[in-house]
Amino acid sequence: MSVIRKQLTVKNRQGLHARPAALFVQVANKFDSRITVKRDNEEVNGKSIMGILMLGAERDSVIIIEVEGEDAHLAIQELEKIVTSEEDK
Amino acid sequence: MNQIKGIAAATGISVGIAYKVGKEEFIVPRQEIGDQDIPIQIQLFEEALIKTRREIIELQKRISAEMGQEEAQIFDAHLLVLEDRMLIEEVISRLKKDKLNVAFIFQEVLKKYVSVFSNIEDEYLKERIADINDVGKRILRNLLGKERKGLGDLKERVIVVAHDLSPSDTAAMHKKNVAGFITDIGGKTSHTAIMAKSLEIPAVVGAEDATVKINQGDMLIVDGTLGIVIVNPDEETLESYRSEELKLRGVTEKFLSAKDLPAITLDGNQIEINANIEFPDEVPAVKLHGGEGIGLYRTEFFYMNRKDLPTEEDHYQAYKYVAEEMNPYPVIIRTLDLGGDKFLSQFEVPHEMHPFLGWRAIRFCLARPDIFKLQLRAILRASVHGNLKLMYPMISGVEELRQANKILEEAKGELKAKDMPFDEDVQVGAMIEVPSAAMTADILAKEVDFFSIGSNDLIQYALAVDRANEKVAYLYEPTHPAVLRLIKHIIDAAHNADINVGMCGEMAGEPGLALILLGLGLDEFSMPPQVIPELKYLIRSITLKEAQEIAHEALEFSTGSEVEEFAQAKLRGILK
Repeated sequence: MSVIRKQLTVKNRQGLHARPAALFVQVANKFDSRITVKRDNEEVNGKSIMGILMLGAERDSVIIIEVEGEDAHLAIQELEKIVTSEEDK
Repeated sequence: MNQIKGIAAATGISVGIAYKVGKEEFIVPRQEIGDQDIPIQIQLFEEALIKTRREIIELQKRISAEMGQEEAQIFDAHLLVLEDRMLIEEVISRLKKDKLNVAFIFQEVLKKYVSVFSNIEDEYLKERIADINDVGKRILRNLLGKERKGLGDLKERVIVVAHDLSPSDTAAMHKKNVAGFITDIGGKTSHTAIMAKSLEIPAVVGAEDATVKINQGDMLIVDGTLGIVIVNPDEETLESYRSEELKLRGVTEKFLSAKDLPAITLDGNQIEINANIEFPDEVPAVKLHGGEGIGLYRTEFFYMNRKDLPTEEDHYQAYKYVAEEMNPYPVIIRTLDLGGDKFLSQFEVPHEMHPFLGWRAIRFCLARPDIFKLQLRAILRASVHGNLKLMYPMISGVEELRQANKILEEAKGELKAKDMPFDEDVQVGAMIEVPSAAMTADILAKEVDFFSIGSNDLIQYALAVDRANEKVAYLYEPTHPAVLRLIKHIIDAAHNADINVGMCGEMAGEPGLALILLGLGLDEFSMPPQVIPELKYLIRSITLKEAQEIAHEALEFSTGSEVEEFAQAKLRGILK
């Protein structure tokens, strides 16, 4: 079982909100791994839309994604793409 | 007479009687429970979630048929909240800890989230609170076994006045009995405002204390164009608005009267009016609006939101359904247009500096003949069930076209070898959306059965403008003389080769521009279903000769804005 921690800067124009937040949660839910997202002192479940929205991560804020499980490598790759993509899609 | 200023959410004018809708309040009892009740309470909760989910999915289906896919997607956010793990886990863990009835606990947890979100300064989150409250109320209602008194069964035609309306409330409204609505809160981009626009119900939102100033039964004028509400207007004001309302409504009715009639110009030229769709379940909406066929069936959705690749059978079933439903009318399937701005999770696509100039659409398909041929086989197999045609996106030169056709021939060969039936003469078209294809349209025309102009991309490539980039978006001009000349060139080349040419971009559904396109000789127009009645009406109100004169004159201008102004003036003249 592998645990991956990665610090990322949110690059999406809208921050981790709206479509990007929904997309993040949808993608996170495809994986079996446990996914946690941290920002400052908040720590939330990465598979929860309420959690992600509660982080209020705007553009350029720094978050830490922690993924634990068999498919952690693939999960972190896909999630990183969403967080660091500048597009609003 | 009293005037209230708000935000214009959906254009139009309505005069009517105020019908105030109170907030839906629940009295949720607080009951202590024993350890033995916990599993029962959890089961109650699960049943309420399942029931709510079913309700939302049904609502989505109805909205998708009546309004469109985009409006239905508003409820995707509701489903995400409904399935939220954090929320569900918190309810269950507190249920076990506090030993109280699940309805009470759920309400407490919901309140907590709403208060956290309310404290974050963010426009987007404020709108999401409405979603959370909406879905939360549905769950509570189902937990308590209550029914919502819907806005769907009002007895008379009224103007609804409410502090706030949830998307669910709005979706239940019918133009038949809701003439307009006013809410105290909400913004231009709130889901309620978006849905009001689709429903074509004049609406003013963010009218602050409207519910305080307006009494049940007051006479109201809702001006959704200016964003004002007039309470108990005097006779003079009322008269002037009434005649304005009748005029507006008359125009809409005029359009609707044309929806089931063929689009024939006054001098007897029949034009094909088709619809653009993405999902098979949009077919009822196409028929409802008088669409004669499908001019663009996008097929990328098979690849969205899934990890594995769709099978030939997945493709086949969807195409067969649409072909059968639309038969004998044509359905033009656009082969995969992945890449560019379309997310694709199944393939490792290298990061590109210029995705719109990169590995996408037909380029991707030619590089992955396995995926491409699978789709072509499915289209061919479905072709026996109706009038199917196919077209390749983003052709930039005749070699790409030949390569694609070669793969199509291979697909036919494979089906023949397996004795599977298909239509030998299935028509094949090229989308013309790259300037190089437009300039060589005469060469391409010899090797296809039809053209379809993809105006969105054609404009973007011809003018070197990324429309999503706010700084340059003003340069995106469908009326730019370069665009009009390209389109004329494409249409002339097609007609010289004796093939039909259509358009499936946004331009085709813009009434003013459609006049010019008609005059340039476009044979087929494909657009979102909602625009069809107006386009049909327009075509039935003009001769081809007049349209040709308009097009001829439009080509004389030197700037896009002059053309735009000219087209709008002509349009007003015709619709007068």
